[in-house]
Amino acid sequence: MTEAYIYDAVRTPRGKGRKDGSLHEVTAARLSAVALNALKERNGLEGHAVEDVIWGNVSQVGEQGACLARTAVLASNLDESIPGLSINRFCASGLEAVNVAANQVRGGAGNGYIAGGVESMSRVPMGSDGGAIAVDPSIAIDNYFVPQGISADIIATKYGFTRDQADAMAVESQRRAKAAWDAGHFNRSVVAVNDVNGLPILAYDEFMRPQTDMQSLGALKPSFQQMGETMPGFDKIAILKYPELERINHIHHAGNSSGIVDGAAAVLIGNKELGEQLGLKPRARIRATAKIGTDPTIMLTGPVPVTEKILRDNGMSIGDIDLFEVNEAFASVVMRFEQAFNVDHDKVNVNGGSMAMGHPLGATGAMILGTLMDELERSDKEVGLATLCIGSGMGAATIIERV
Amino acid sequence: MTDFTMKKDGEGIATIVWDTVGKSMNVMSIQGFADLSAHVDDALADDAVKGVIITSGKEGSFAGGMDLNVIAKMKEDAGDAPAKGLFEGTMEMHAVLRKIERAGMDPKTNKGGKPIACVMPGTSLGIGFELPLSCHRTFVANNPKAKIGFPEILVGIFPGAGGTTRLTRMLGAMAASPFLLQGKMVNPAKAKAAGLIDEVSDDPMSDARAWVLSEPKIVKPWDEKGYKMPGGTPFHPAGFMTFLGAAAMVHHQTQGAFPAAKALLSAVYEGSLVPFDTAIKIEARWFTNVLMNPSSEAMIRSLFINKEALEKGAVRPAGVPDQTVKKLGVLGAGMMGAGIALVSAQAGIEVVLIDRDQAAADKGKAYSAAYMDKGIARKKATPEKKEALLSLITATPDLDALKGCDLIIEAVFEDTAVKAEMTKKVEAVIPEDCIFASNTSTLPITELAKASSRNDQFIGIHFFSPVEKMLLVEIIKGKETGDRAVAKALDYVRQIRKTPIVVNDARFFYCNRCIIPYVNEGARMLTEGVAPALIDNAARQLGFPVGPIQLTDETSIDLGAKIARATKLAMGDDYPESPSDDLIFYLEAEGRLGRKSNAGFFDYDEKGKRLGYWKGLGEKYPLLEEQPDLVEVQERLMFSQVLEAVRALEEGVLEDIREGDVGAILAWGFAPWSGGPLSWLDIIGTPYAAERTAELAAKYGKRFETPALLKEMAEKNQTFYGRFAPAADKAA
Repeated sequence: MTEAYIYDAVRTPRGKGRKDGSLHEVTAARLSAVALNALKERNGLEGHAVEDVIWGNVSQVGEQGACLARTAVLASNLDESIPGLSINRFCASGLEAVNVAANQVRGGAGNGYIAGGVESMSRVPMGSDGGAIAVDPSIAIDNYFVPQGISADIIATKYGFTRDQADAMAVESQRRAKAAWDAGHFNRSVVAVNDVNGLPILAYDEFMRPQTDMQSLGALKPSFQQMGETMPGFDKIAILKYPELERINHIHHAGNSSGIVDGAAAVLIGNKELGEQLGLKPRARIRATAKIGTDPTIMLTGPVPVTEKILRDNGMSIGDIDLFEVNEAFASVVMRFEQAFNVDHDKVNVNGGSMAMGHPLGATGAMILGTLMDELERSDKEVGLATLCIGSGMGAATIIERV
Repeated sequence: MTDFTMKKDGEGIATIVWDTVGKSMNVMSIQGFADLSAHVDDALADDAVKGVIITSGKEGSFAGGMDLNVIAKMKEDAGDAPAKGLFEGTMEMHAVLRKIERAGMDPKTNKGGKPIACVMPGTSLGIGFELPLSCHRTFVANNPKAKIGFPEILVGIFPGAGGTTRLTRMLGAMAASPFLLQGKMVNPAKAKAAGLIDEVSDDPMSDARAWVLSEPKIVKPWDEKGYKMPGGTPFHPAGFMTFLGAAAMVHHQTQGAFPAAKALLSAVYEGSLVPFDTAIKIEARWFTNVLMNPSSEAMIRSLFINKEALEKGAVRPAGVPDQTVKKLGVLGAGMMGAGIALVSAQAGIEVVLIDRDQAAADKGKAYSAAYMDKGIARKKATPEKKEALLSLITATPDLDALKGCDLIIEAVFEDTAVKAEMTKKVEAVIPEDCIFASNTSTLPITELAKASSRNDQFIGIHFFSPVEKMLLVEIIKGKETGDRAVAKALDYVRQIRKTPIVVNDARFFYCNRCIIPYVNEGARMLTEGVAPALIDNAARQLGFPVGPIQLTDETSIDLGAKIARATKLAMGDDYPESPSDDLIFYLEAEGRLGRKSNAGFFDYDEKGKRLGYWKGLGEKYPLLEEQPDLVEVQERLMFSQVLEAVRALEEGVLEDIREGDVGAILAWGFAPWSGGPLSWLDIIGTPYAAERTAELAAKYGKRFETPALLKEMAEKNQTFYGRFAPAADKAA
């Protein structure tokens, strides 16, 4: 079978996903173009250099609607002969784009692809695209729909994670992210966002709060208690699904959940021929990909079964993995992953994660894969696994190894 | 004979009068719809007719609703395609109402058409409100006692003749939800304030005539271009939050157990995204879906048809003259006696409330005063009503005051000797033909009757606590109890507007016989290490108001211990030993007596708020590593009650299955969606029930053994309602 390799990975810095965030003035198409143009320039992608741009994006309405992927290509310096494919696997869209691209390459559908994604959460807020699962009674009720924050708190309750543990993980994520920036671990991947005149807009992850400590987090109120316990009472639905639970322990808040940010990321994927054509050396081989559906109520435990699946399908064991990126959507997601596989936190998200730097939904999967590859090289390790939990109960994973 | 007649007058108004033959309130039938449709066609086609008024020939009401037998008929007529029959039948109703609503207007321009007003002299429920909603303007008589609304959800269906779609479009999903999802019914003034009706008037007919002749605008908002649903459709920001919340609340408030609310909300949601004519088609599809659900059929049967039949004297002995109670003696002014006095006085019955001294008797009467004070504070009563009620209650220790009573209800301490002494003393005072009833919940009536010199006039009238809230009264016939005593008890229960069941005398009668094993099964699971939350949640998901563990805490642990000890004493060696008794005795010894002692299976704070299950229990009965399946827990809880109902039927304690089902729902909140324990067996099928109980018996013990009757019915693949329903009920 043809192998799929990663030749390069870039990302924008992450801007606060609010009206006062630095990237709020940048359209989703322009933000996409920053990543695409960087990939083009760094790798000399002239003409029909790749078959497609597979672009993850969650809220595909407004300026992110109407096949943003194609719009992004046209907004970039890539040749118009390169089409674009918008995809949505919620929070794993960026990773799924990589996986789809890799499998296209492996299947022989051309030499190279760009995969990645974007989310301008400040401009197209989460939930802008509606969706039936939350509001269509015959779907919501039959599937015990609860919002993600409630799901994260169900995980904490069911698997026995405390608020202190979650807060400690959040503090550590902030510490690691700061240390990684200070040590220049992101220098290779991050491309600054500039305006039309070349003036700088943002060059670093502005969401980070390195001063965060247990005390400051302790002051935060649980985010999902109100909707869980009073209106409209999602905890009661959680308990209908998990009747052995007496009540839901609401441990998550803004500090130990992922940040709402704007950002984009792009990965260049191709077979051996692509490297030869462009004169590039592959940095990593995409060894395996996987996706799975899980219970939609607890929703966010997907990283566990999808990791079990990817290991099983490829004859590997958890011990074969040197480094992990497990998206920090909520602290309990990472805690559950580490608990299920008995993996030490020293191997997981070593450069910090979404709790510190933010989670631009459609882009994050591609971002953490890039971070994983950079870190494998930096720390001279071989095999890494990236995985994300996904809305409506799914999981996605990718295993890469250095070549 | 037809229920609808039409008269055209010189001013050009055609008046259609609805007057169901042989009923005090109008009910809609298939023929009625056809007649109404023909009149509407006639009026719309007649150039001399300028407008139409639809009204009722009944004084004080427009219509009570649909003849629920129509639904059974539609199903039956469709043979082996009942869904098709129901859907098409429903669409025919839509067509008639839509014809009224469109009234001949041009479909594109909305030009033309004739105004159709509805004049409602009073109560307008179900289809009796759906028909007015299809008219162009509603005029309701200023009748504060009238009720307007959609009670359908209360019997497990929903307004399926456009009421759901029209009300949602009129008010928006949020504002319509109490009327649709909770069956809220209101008087005309409140109905107008809520936007349900257009006019409340002292002379609705002349107002309607004037309106019809005023060449009014008749097109409905949803038939006009640019219509926007109030509060927003699901994918507008505000509407999204409404529908998000509505789905969640319907889900947890029904515990996922009642199909009608979910189907209704689906009709609202899907209907709100499409034009009106498509919306009513969707409504009809979901309506059919609900009608096809065995739960709806069972709920209608138990909560509507059979409940009403029992209230109207279905089991009253034939030929006994009216036994209306005029003067009631209540012995014992404790919680039960005080409640009995209250509900009796509310029914206008003169009450003598007896206790050992004046203070104790007064305390019992004060209960009624406090109750009325609460009513006054909530503007549901007036000081005059309170005085009138209290003037009916004489509180005294003097037995002589019982002279002239025609019914006595004894509610003294649960002790055979104490009750016997009271019986003798009172019988010395009361008239010879007075009926004597005991409100005992545990002692056999036949035994208590031995103290009476007129044991054919001795009977059990078992109330549930709190008396003023509980809807059921269990009447128990002792061996010697005569027909007049039964008729007296039934007539009394009708006076106080509760639902009666009549059962024969046996240990714990019918209701407690079923409840006690249910509560014990819960306690037994605790001793096995099943998580208390799983047990209570399993029960709640079955539609029980509270789980067995919580119920035990509410009724108190020592009561459970007392019943266990007394039963053991009475049964001797036959008493089935159970670890649940050990658990109850253990808690009793620990002083954890339940809510009343602020400690039981739960911990409570000093204000009595439940904090959570008492963790200490886990030290004596450690939790199982692997918890059982929800379904396993649920089946143990269900069969522990249901098998007792079957045994009660088998032993002749229950004489009529309707009483077994209605009684279970009203007395202890048995899974209302199932229609009751025997209906539940019909839903799951007797073969499955027999097979499953045999498995449970092998795994958990004799108490789950399949009763011979159930075994036999399983072999013959019979249903309870097929085999035991009284003749008149078989069609329903």
